[in-house]
Amino acid sequence: MPFSLNDPALMREMILDHYQNPRNYKTVTDPSYIDIHMDSASCIDDIYIQVKIENNIITDCKWHGKGCAISMSSTSIMSELILNMTIDQAKEVMAEFNKMLAGETFDEDKLGEAVCFQRVNNQPSRITCANISWRGLQKAFLEEEKKEHEHR
Amino acid sequence: MRKLDPYQIREDFPMYHEHNSSFKGKPLVYLDNSATTFKPYPVIDSVNHYYKDITANTRRGDYSLAHEADVAFEASRKTVAKFLNAETDEICFTSGDTMALNEIAYGLIPFLHEGDEILLSIEEHASNILPWFKVAEITKAFIRYLPLEEDGRISIETYKKYLNNHTKVVSLASVSNVMGYPLPVKELCALAHEKGALYIDDAAQSVPHMKIDVKETDVDFLAFSAHKMLGPTGIGVLYGKRDLLEKISPTFYGGEMNARFDKEGNLSYDDIPYRLEAGTQNIAGVLGLKSAIEYLEEIGFEQIHQHEMALKKRAVEGLLQNGNAVIYNSESESGIVTFNIKDVFAQDVATYLSSKGVFVRSGQHCAKILPEHLKTQGTVRASFYIYNTIEDVDALIKACQTAEDFLDAFFLE
Repeated sequence: MPFSLNDPALMREMILDHYQNPRNYKTVTDPSYIDIHMDSASCIDDIYIQVKIENNIITDCKWHGKGCAISMSSTSIMSELILNMTIDQAKEVMAEFNKMLAGETFDEDKLGEAVCFQRVNNQPSRITCANISWRGLQKAFLEEEKKEHEHR
Repeated sequence: MRKLDPYQIREDFPMYHEHNSSFKGKPLVYLDNSATTFKPYPVIDSVNHYYKDITANTRRGDYSLAHEADVAFEASRKTVAKFLNAETDEICFTSGDTMALNEIAYGLIPFLHEGDEILLSIEEHASNILPWFKVAEITKAFIRYLPLEEDGRISIETYKKYLNNHTKVVSLASVSNVMGYPLPVKELCALAHEKGALYIDDAAQSVPHMKIDVKETDVDFLAFSAHKMLGPTGIGVLYGKRDLLEKISPTFYGGEMNARFDKEGNLSYDDIPYRLEAGTQNIAGVLGLKSAIEYLEEIGFEQIHQHEMALKKRAVEGLLQNGNAVIYNSESESGIVTFNIKDVFAQDVATYLSSKGVFVRSGQHCAKILPEHLKTQGTVRASFYIYNTIEDVDALIKACQTAEDFLDAFFLE
């Protein structure tokens, strides 16, 4: 990497930037997208993720909804990161992201801007905010598998 | 009568006394008493007394040890009855407020029909809405929601408009867990009775903080949890007028609630309150509840209310002075302050306060219809009790001053 994303000041800036200027924040009404709604009893997060998967490749990811700074910025970063990845590639990134949140060693190069959440586990109750969109993506993959299965 | 001195009171609470009033190296500022409260030694001792000295099942044993447990169990029922000014057999033990409200709602199914109305308010907690969802679905009765006035209060005038000859049940929290305005229960109840409706008092947030007299208010049913008033978790109370407890159909069936049954399916119930206490009870919890009531009564609700209001006043003034807070219930007469920091998401505020050792609740507080009225996604709630101090309030105010820096919670050690 040309510069270290590990600088706390930079990590903060990335979180705030994505929170205040969320990327791919849009509602689509195209039925070819898989819609996942993520909400929870314990927090206020209410986030809709819409992904388009074509031939195993994530060709688009849009999202909308409301949530805390961590959940909104993490969803925004994910929506950029997984674009044009295959499902397997995205799952690899997800695995590294989860390792990072668990405080284990992880492959920084795979995570891009998502490394800015490496300190979220300072507040363990907020890990679920950082991975809300990733859990949603996991659900979308399950939906896609179901679809594949039905087509066979 | 004991003077309410929070510093002295802390000596009775192991959460303070055995931890030097701190948690993970920071002063412990616990301001989530509407969610649950700490337990004093007498409560813990009573729970332990059952497990250490008098363990036996109640209402089953012919031996003297079981008799000891029976005596302690029924003594607690008497204490609760006196506490609410009810009759002893009008007190049924439950696992908490939620179970009690479910038992009331489900118990009323035989008396509700299509076209009947159940009146709730938009600020009710899930435990006083969701059981009614199910009961309305089963009986085809209709739920109406009483709106709040601009200032967050329930007005008698609006309430009167919502009551009609179809209203069969009114179920309202006498103190809302978000807004904290105490309702004029006696007046609301009398108006409901005029229309022939039953009045249910969800007293989860009122019983811990004010004197409740069911004969004075004339409510038909009342529910509360012990854990919000210094008692153990997993124990609560369902109060009902005797004739109504006899009328409602039991939700739970099993040991000790029956008198006899046979293989033809004939079943005769035991008397109330036992009919509504199927299975082995939370005996330790029941004993703990008795001690919690005694502890609170020694201080008295007048002092408790004054103490909470003094803390609330200081909190409201301090938060307003900070300049970055919006307070939703500054006028409500209870120790609940519901607020937001401008432009910061409630949960981000709570995490930030937590990083400063100040523990508050954020979110919708299980009252998920209310945010529409408040025009906000969620709120931060600080709620006070007898062991909270001026220093606790000042810590809250100070931490809120810089809540815009909420990301510090993740990046500063």
